[in-house]
Amino acid sequence: MHELPVTQSILQIALKHANEAGATRVEDIHIVMGELSSSVDDSVQFYWDIIAKDTLAEGATLHFRRVPAEMQCQACSEKFRPNDEYLCPKCGGAQVKIVAGEEFYVEAIDVDK
Amino acid sequence: MTERIPVVENILSANDRLAEENRARIESAGVFSINLMASPGAGKTSLIEKTLPPLKDKLRVAVVDGDIATSLDADRAAAAGAQASIQVNTGGECHLDAVMLHGALNQLDLKQFDLLMVENVGNLVCPAEFRLGTHKSVLIASVPEGADKPYKYPGMYRGVDALIINKIDLLPYIDFDMDFFRRGVEALNPGVITFPVSCRTGEGMDAWINWLIENTK
Repeated sequence: MHELPVTQSILQIALKHANEAGATRVEDIHIVMGELSSSVDDSVQFYWDIIAKDTLAEGATLHFRRVPAEMQCQACSEKFRPNDEYLCPKCGGAQVKIVAGEEFYVEAIDVDK
Repeated sequence: MTERIPVVENILSANDRLAEENRARIESAGVFSINLMASPGAGKTSLIEKTLPPLKDKLRVAVVDGDIATSLDADRAAAAGAQASIQVNTGGECHLDAVMLHGALNQLDLKQFDLLMVENVGNLVCPAEFRLGTHKSVLIASVPEGADKPYKYPGMYRGVDALIINKIDLLPYIDFDMDFFRRGVEALNPGVITFPVSCRTGEGMDAWINWLIENTK
């Protein structure tokens, strides 16, 4: 369970960018979360309501855009969802690479000025 | 009026920055450092216990032990010959992070050591996400855990620099499909160096210890 440090980090990032923009309030926070990136879940919103109290971001809504994991075969370039054996469904190749699903960042914030 | 501000900042970037600071401190003291990760019971502390005696008179070793509670592991490392052992109790957190290692480094005179071994909290998920600033990440997989672990915990298997396969003395007694295991490892982390060992019998330990010594010098 590391939702708390993750939530604190999201808050720091949001407040920094809100202050730089001269915002008076943060309304929404848009987060991109790859399927493979983190074990945190929507309970981040629960922590948020506690730790963002009395800040510019109190009451802000967190939006999570989830990015599915994707692998690519290094032999034939086929892209596919990771399967149980990590083998290319097209050519059977075992040389595969993860090309999506590791994202974990704050994409944007919506603020009032 | 509501306005959208583009951010695009990694959520764990604060941890990453502190990890870089840790790395700079460790490097300036001329110390080689590893982050030892594994599931509970895979043999992290046993590996440290078996690694320390052959390093005696060769390398001065500090051990940092992360656990949710107790100092049992740090006590075992000290008993096995670590010149210093620091226990970090995470108080419920599932992993060590750069802040916790930073605190442990404050308790060590790094110049007194050649090798720093950090034993992370037993967990195959969270420790992979929090960089500490160590030079190499080492994962211990033990064969009774099953051959499917690379497929179930890809984040952990992808990010490591060395893989120890522990408890190989049990292979005759259990169903462990080594080919399936190795194929998963190879897909996630091509060419990663592996050390099949048994901490119980000592089999394979020489190669691992030589790797440590080579990297430390």
